[in-house]
Amino acid sequence: MPTMNLLQAINNALDIAMESDPRVLCFGEDVGGFGGVFRATSHLQEKYGRERCFNTPLVEQGIIGFANGLAAQGHKPVAEIQFADYIFPAFDQIVNESAKFRYRSGSLFEVGGLTIRAPYGGGISGGLYHSQSPEAYFAHTPGLKIVVPRNPHQAKGLLLAAIRDPDPVLFFEPKRLYRASTGEVPEADYQLPLGEAEVIKEGSDVTLLAWGAQVEVTEKAAELAEKEGISCEVIDLRSILPWDVETVAQSVLKTGRLVISHEAPLTGGFAGEIAATIAERCFLYLESPIQRVTGLDTPFPLTLEKEYLPNHLKIVEAIKASIDF
Amino acid sequence: MTTTTASQVIHEPRFMDGDEFHIATFALLQQDGTLFEGARAPELGRETARRIYHTMVLIRVLDERMLAAQRQGRLSFYMQCTGEEAAVIGSAAALDDDDMIMAQYREQGALAYRGFGIDEFMNQLFGNAEDYGKGRQMPIHYGSAKLHYMTISSPLATQIPQAAGYAYGQKLDGQGRCTITYFGEGAASEGDFHAALNMAAVHRAPVIFFCRNNGYAISTPSVEQFAADGVAPRAFGYKMHVIRVDGNDVLAVYAATREARRIAVEHNQPVLIEAMTYRLAAHSSSDDPSGYRSKKEEALWREKDPVNRMRLWMLAQEWWSDDEEKTLQEQLRREVLETMKRAEKRPPPPLASLVEDVYAEVPARLQEQLDALEAHVRRHPEAYPKSAPGLDQGGA
Ligand SMILES: Cc1ncc(C[n+]2csc(CCOP(=O)(O)OP(=O)(O)O)c2C)c(N)n1
Ligand SMILES: [Mg+2]
Repeated sequence: MPTMNLLQAINNALDIAMESDPRVLCFGEDVGGFGGVFRATSHLQEKYGRERCFNTPLVEQGIIGFANGLAAQGHKPVAEIQFADYIFPAFDQIVNESAKFRYRSGSLFEVGGLTIRAPYGGGISGGLYHSQSPEAYFAHTPGLKIVVPRNPHQAKGLLLAAIRDPDPVLFFEPKRLYRASTGEVPEADYQLPLGEAEVIKEGSDVTLLAWGAQVEVTEKAAELAEKEGISCEVIDLRSILPWDVETVAQSVLKTGRLVISHEAPLTGGFAGEIAATIAERCFLYLESPIQRVTGLDTPFPLTLEKEYLPNHLKIVEAIKASIDF
Repeated sequence: MTTTTASQVIHEPRFMDGDEFHIATFALLQQDGTLFEGARAPELGRETARRIYHTMVLIRVLDERMLAAQRQGRLSFYMQCTGEEAAVIGSAAALDDDDMIMAQYREQGALAYRGFGIDEFMNQLFGNAEDYGKGRQMPIHYGSAKLHYMTISSPLATQIPQAAGYAYGQKLDGQGRCTITYFGEGAASEGDFHAALNMAAVHRAPVIFFCRNNGYAISTPSVEQFAADGVAPRAFGYKMHVIRVDGNDVLAVYAATREARRIAVEHNQPVLIEAMTYRLAAHSSSDDPSGYRSKKEEALWREKDPVNRMRLWMLAQEWWSDDEEKTLQEQLRREVLETMKRAEKRPPPPLASLVEDVYAEVPARLQEQLDALEAHVRRHPEAYPKSAPGLDQGGA
C-alpha cells in the first residue's frame, strides 16, 4: 500500500472522483494550473483539462453560487475555499441556498452534488485569519453535512464519499496535518461512511471525543492519562453533521465520563451540542460533568497561540477533573 | 427614471460590448528618468520628492532584510512591496497626512511615508509586547491611529466598503478630509468591491479607490481574473470618475492621486484609480512564483523598476546624488538590522492580553477562562515559555 500525506490523499481522491465521473469538476482560487496554494489539486488541470479544473476569480460568494448552479444542473462541483477563514463571503450561498435548495422546492431541485473543501484550524502561526475552525456556524444549518478527516486514509475515503453523497457536504481539512500526517492509503477507490464516528481506542474510565487535527492531540493526552492508570476510550467523531449520537452515547454509558475537545471557542462550539445530547441520553450514567477543552472565547491569537490552543496538557487535566469529581 | 427618459430610443437590436470605451494610461516619466514629450511634471517640491524617494529606499531595504529574516526562521511570514513602490508611495504622498488610509497588506510604503518608525514595523513583525496589535495578527498587519492608517485585516476587500463609509463620515464632519483605500486587482473581484463603489457613488463619499493591478493574485494571472480591460471600466457602471495610470511612474501616480483627491474633497465624488504595475517578488514568503510565471516575464518588468526610474529623475533634477544614495543605503541597512535585533529580543505580550479588546470590558465568563488558563500555565511553566516567565514578574 502506498504511503501518502494528507494532501496527497486528497489529491488522489479528487483524481479518482474526476476519473470515475466526468461530471465532477474542481475549481477555486489558484486551483487550476498551479494546483492550489496547498497543492491539493496538483495536476488535475493537466489531466482533465481547463473545463473541469480551473482558477476562479477571487470571489467566494461567486465560487459557491456558481457551484450551486452547477450542482442544480446535475454536475458535481468540488469547490475549494482557500482557507476556512474566507468562507464567510459565501455564507449566504451555503446557509440560505445550498442547505435549503431541496427543502424549499419539495425536491424539485437540489444541489446534492456540491462538495466544498476548505483547510481549517490552527497551530501554523496563522493568527486571526488563517486558523479558525468554523464548523459550529454551519452545524446550525439543517441541510448541510459536515465532515472532518483526521488522517490520509480517512481523507481519501471520506472525500470520495462526500463527493458522491446526495447532499451538499462541507469538507474541512486539518491544514496543520496536510504534510505532517502520513500513512498507508489504499490505491483503489474506496469510501468511508458519512455520519459515523470511529472508536479509535477502547477504554473503560472515560470517553474522549474529538475530530480532525484535535484527535491526535487527544490521543496524546490519552497516552499520558493511561500512564497514570486511567483507561481512555478515544472516539473520532468524523462527521459533525449529522453526528453519530449512538456511538458516543454507547461509549459514555460504558465509561460514565466524557471529555470533548475542539479548537474553536467554547461558547457556541459544537461540544456544547454534544454535551447537551449526551446529558439527555446518559443522565443517570454520568459520574461527573461533561468536560469541554476548547479554544478561549476570543479571536485566534498569534504570539500566544500555544496558550490559546487546547493542547494535551489541558486535556489531561480535564480527564483528571472528570475522574476526581 | 432618469436613465429611461434620457435614453435614446432605437428600433434595431443594437448590442454594445463596451469596446467603445478605451481607457488610456496616464504616464509622465520614461524609464530613463526623462519626461515624455509634452508631459509636465506635477508640482512636487524638492522636499516631497526627497521624502518619497527616501521612503522607497527604506521599503526596499526593509523588504529585502525581512524576507531574509523569514528565510532564517526569525519571522514566520513576510510580504514584499517590490515593484509597486511608486504606486503606493506616490499616491500616499499626494494626500494630506490627515487623510485616512485603508490598505490591503502590501502598502507598507504608504505607512512608512507617513512616518511609521522602523521600530514600530519591527514590533508588529515580531508580535512582541510593544506591537500595537498585541501580537495577535500575522506579520505585516500594521496599523496606526496616530498616522490614520487602519489596521490591516486579512480577509480581502473588506476594507473597500468600509472606506466608503469612513469617507462618508468625513464628509459629514466637514473637515475636508478623504479616505484612500488600496486593493489588488484580485481583491477587486470580491462582492465587497462592487458594493463599495455603488454605495460611494450613490452617497457621494469622498473616497479614492486605488487598485494596484500588479498582474497576479497569488498564482492567478489577471487574464484569468477578469475578461474585461482591467478594473477601470467598472467605474462607468457606477457613474464614477476613473483614471488608469502607469503605476511604476511616480510622477503620474502622484499627479493622478492629487487630482483624485481634489475631486473627492471638493465635489464629494468617489474616484477609481487603476495603477498598472507588477508584483516583482513572490506573493509572500510562503510562495514560489516559478510554478506559474517565467523568469523572462519577471526580467521584463524588472527593467521597468519604479525606484530606479525615480532615482534617475531625481538625479537629473539635481535633487539627489550618488553619494547621498550610498550614504542612505548604508545608514538604512544598519538601522534596519539593529532595530530588528532589538525588537526580536523584546518579550511577548503578557498572558492577560489574550482576553483584552474582545470587548470594551472583559466579560466575567472570559475572565474565568483567563484565570483557569493562568493557573494551568503556572502548573506547566515549561510548556509555555512565552507566557510563563511574564507571570512570575507579576504579569497576568
Ligand atoms: C476573502 C479572502 N479570500 C482569499 C484570501 C487569500 N488570499 C490572500 S492574498 C490573495 C490574492 C490577492 O491578490 P490581489 O488582490 O491581486 O493582491 P496582491 O497580492 O496582488 O497585492 C488571496 C487569494 C483572503 N485573504 N481573503
Ligand atoms: Mg494582484
